[in-house]
Amino acid sequence: MNLRLTHSCFYVLDQDSALDFYVNKLGFKKHTDVRKGEFRWLTVTPPDQPDLEISLLAAKESHAMDKESADALAMLIRKGLFGFGSFQSTDVFAAYEEMHAKGVEFKAPPKKEFYGVSCNFKDDSGNWFSLSEIKK
Amino acid sequence: MGETGREVAGGKDVSAEMSERALEQDPYPKAYFYRRIVQAKLFIDAHFHEPLDVEAISGEACYSKFHFIREFQAIYGRTPREHLAHCRMERAKELMAQGAQALDACIAVGYNSLSSFSRAFKKATGSTPASFREAALERQEQSRTRPLQFVPDCFSGAHGATEE
Repeated sequence: MNLRLTHSCFYVLDQDSALDFYVNKLGFKKHTDVRKGEFRWLTVTPPDQPDLEISLLAAKESHAMDKESADALAMLIRKGLFGFGSFQSTDVFAAYEEMHAKGVEFKAPPKKEFYGVSCNFKDDSGNWFSLSEIKK
Repeated sequence: MGETGREVAGGKDVSAEMSERALEQDPYPKAYFYRRIVQAKLFIDAHFHEPLDVEAISGEACYSKFHFIREFQAIYGRTPREHLAHCRMERAKELMAQGAQALDACIAVGYNSLSSFSRAFKKATGSTPASFREAALERQEQSRTRPLQFVPDCFSGAHGATEE
């Protein structure tokens, strides 16, 4: 059996704002942006993973989600209760400085841990991510 | 850095904020060092289409040229010159995908010669500028006429989107 993750989803409050965040602040590339009626499929890829598409899904009422669920989801995102993943960089201090200079919000500056260096930041919707560098 | 470069650099929010923060206490060891290198990298990111030389950039970063190149490469895995070439090609790819002519993209990203631009483009992408543009425009056309071929079935199905 062979398996590869090709797509993953981050729920976001606003797709345009999320696109700006991931492309202009984190250096992602826009991969696909297509629409069919109300449905917009928008994907971006991390700088070093051009074949992993992250779909920026709108947390709003749609054919796939009733209004009550969409409102609940948006509230949880705003509260910062979601973390959709962890990022790794070969130099977290440099990544932190660049992202911080571009206005990305961090809990605290990177800290040395026994396994390497780590910090946490959030995207424009309120989703938290960790950013680590693993000691070689 | 020439006077123009300095003014532009000084006018950038990012640089101004970094200089301000350089005065704060270091939040982690060598923070000042990181800020200087990252500031130089962001300067290249913003001014790649202008004639830049590494010596001037390392002057901005307050390091000797060789020390600066070594530290930059240790962080980014590319020398400043390689990073500059990378930025130029990334922008060229965007322009060609938007339907630009090779000569316009060449000039816009700071190349003086169309033949060296085309050679660098082919090396970076595996395609000539013209065939890269055709492929990108073809994909855009498909995005408009048959959008759902780019969407995994489970998502389009859940959103009630069908090709009909």
